[in-house]
Amino acid sequence: MKAFRRFASRVAPLDRANIDTDAIIPKQFLKSIRRSGFGPYLFDEWRYLDRGEPDMDCSYRPLNPDFVLNQPCYFRARILLTRENFGCGSSREHAPWALADYGFRVIIAPSFADIFYNNCFKNGILPIVLDAEIVDRLFEQAGPGVDLTVDLETQTIATHYGDKIHFEIDPSRKYRLLNGLDDIGLTLQHADKIRAYEASRRQTAPWLFPEYA
Amino acid sequence: MAAKTLYDKLWDDHVVYSEPDGSTLIYIDRHLIHEVTSPQAFEGLRLAGRKPWRVTANLATADHNVPTAEREHGLSDPISRLQVETLDRNCADFGITEFGMNDDRQGIVHVIGPEQGATLPGTTIVCGDSHTSTHGAFGALAFGIGTSEVEHVLATQCLVQKKAKNMLVKVEGQLGQGVTAKDIVLAVIGRIGTAGGTGYTIEFAGSAIRSLSMEGRMTVCNMAIEAGARAGLVAVDEVTIAYLKDRPYAPKGNLWDKAVAAWRQLRSDEGAVFDKVVEIDAAAINPQVTWGTSPELVLPIDTAIPNPERETDPVKRESMKRALQYMDLKPGTAITDIRVDKIFIGSCTNARIEDLRAAAEVVRGHKLASNIKQALVVPGSGLVKRQAEQEGLDRIFREAGFEWRDPGCSMCLAMNADRLEPGERCASTSNRNFEGRQGYGGRTHLVSPAMAAAAGIYGHFVDIRQLPSPASEPKKAPAKKAPAKTAAASRTKSAAAVKTSKPAPTTRNQSARKRKSEQ
Repeated sequence: MKAFRRFASRVAPLDRANIDTDAIIPKQFLKSIRRSGFGPYLFDEWRYLDRGEPDMDCSYRPLNPDFVLNQPCYFRARILLTRENFGCGSSREHAPWALADYGFRVIIAPSFADIFYNNCFKNGILPIVLDAEIVDRLFEQAGPGVDLTVDLETQTIATHYGDKIHFEIDPSRKYRLLNGLDDIGLTLQHADKIRAYEASRRQTAPWLFPEYA
Repeated sequence: MAAKTLYDKLWDDHVVYSEPDGSTLIYIDRHLIHEVTSPQAFEGLRLAGRKPWRVTANLATADHNVPTAEREHGLSDPISRLQVETLDRNCADFGITEFGMNDDRQGIVHVIGPEQGATLPGTTIVCGDSHTSTHGAFGALAFGIGTSEVEHVLATQCLVQKKAKNMLVKVEGQLGQGVTAKDIVLAVIGRIGTAGGTGYTIEFAGSAIRSLSMEGRMTVCNMAIEAGARAGLVAVDEVTIAYLKDRPYAPKGNLWDKAVAAWRQLRSDEGAVFDKVVEIDAAAINPQVTWGTSPELVLPIDTAIPNPERETDPVKRESMKRALQYMDLKPGTAITDIRVDKIFIGSCTNARIEDLRAAAEVVRGHKLASNIKQALVVPGSGLVKRQAEQEGLDRIFREAGFEWRDPGCSMCLAMNADRLEPGERCASTSNRNFEGRQGYGGRTHLVSPAMAAAAGIYGHFVDIRQLPSPASEPKKAPAKKAPAKTAAASRTKSAAAVKTSKPAPTTRNQSARKRKSEQ
């Protein structure tokens, strides 16, 4: 996984609440057995005027000019600003894969759906929860030429207007993201503890281990 | 010792190791696998040279992509076929038990787990699917995970988690006639919102929950995720134990007795503290219908579409306006005036035998209204399908004009050929009404199986409480005619001839408009 330390970019304001994972990446693209290549289909139903299908060449598709990511000033935005309960719905990791493949590294919202929030960290995306009032202010400020700088080490966002905004994050998630660590590798360092747990569970709940019965 | 909630007990029982900041390695007893969220996980295992930690803890089936008709010809969509074949190959390579597409036991992963007794009380159950919350109905801690976590569970039999908070949703009292588990959970979501349960595990309790069958409890827990909670729970009782006895994967003999003794402890202790409590009066719940593009945009059947201008929160107001535009609905329209094009009876929410029985009860002796373009019944598993056929339910549906299909996720998320076309409106027993969920441009209204069936017969939503029960006298029927433009009215006559008149329900009264958005 890509490590995340400090990141500066244009911020794209996507002003909707409850954006679900079906909207982030529609179901027809979930048929892929790969982990990459979802970026062109990110927000497919909002971004394009036609109906998207897997393996389409998106460079020929008609763009929806009203959709924020299609506005030239946000072409290179890699920070997404949005509203509450972002990523609700399905557990599909294709949603953060599509966001990451498009190039987003940071998503700022007043709240996230739990599974989506968790999935972001597995893909080098930093989801940042801020108070609704601060998010309102960032929406007011967002526009052409407005960048944000996010520093994970110090847990701060520096705005274009000179503000410093602090954000919270779990120490263990921060550590893993800062160092781009492989979760499975870390867990396997505790293999002895897992085996010990299984041994005791076989005593207390033997019906869960029919293979050893 | 401090009183514990059911969630506290399940959590404590599965802790392998805790970090000082609360990040905890928890052990996973059962991992369910399907074709959509697993290929990249197996690929990850292979690339890292890893093997599944405990092969027998896994159970797989293909459900999201599979066709529900003409299955003997296999999958015609090459991309779907590759995904299903990839699951077959991965399971074969790693020695994981899989119910293949033509196995009788194949079905929606959340239907087959309980049906096989693979879902057991006191266990942790995960799957790369958010509706894994379904299994919480058995007093199991069950939740959806992403593909990276699927790989993590395969490789380590554990997950790194932080403990959620405890929420109690207490539904006390007796449900009205025609009001189902689906209506309970839609009413809960209407009350607390789609983010109301975020960060919580919800325990559903109270006399109305205890009086539900296991199937009803599964419907309720299934949609906990639609309230934002990764996991829903119902305490174990005799209903749970009776359901599991003699299921293929359930323990037998001496082990069964030991297991049952342990399972009986799986309830929240007297005096256990919840971070949040929501109380709901079961008797006040009416049949529910969603009208927007989020499950929280839901109303009782006897109300009308709300006016966004009366919403004071600007973000909510915008969401409502956008939903009305997408759904092509106007404020003030009575729910019972909404006409539908398609009917979908199926999904992990409502495709078990009791759901099919409830729908068939409404359909029996009637025909689909002429404006219904398609009505699908998709059983949750091959075994549900077989049971329904033994009871003659397939005949009831077919005679009414419904299509009787093979098991799978089908039009719940439209990954296979079953879908809405742009602008089509569907009465659906599934769980999500998001934009495009059932097909590009499709419009979804979530309802119970009986309500979906009735919408098929009348061509628009009706209050099933106003339909005469099969036992009552058919002549006492309608106070008002069905819309004259539909063939429904004329068919009423022929239906009446076989002593099962098709009454037009008394709806659309003036007061419905006044009562709108009271909940």
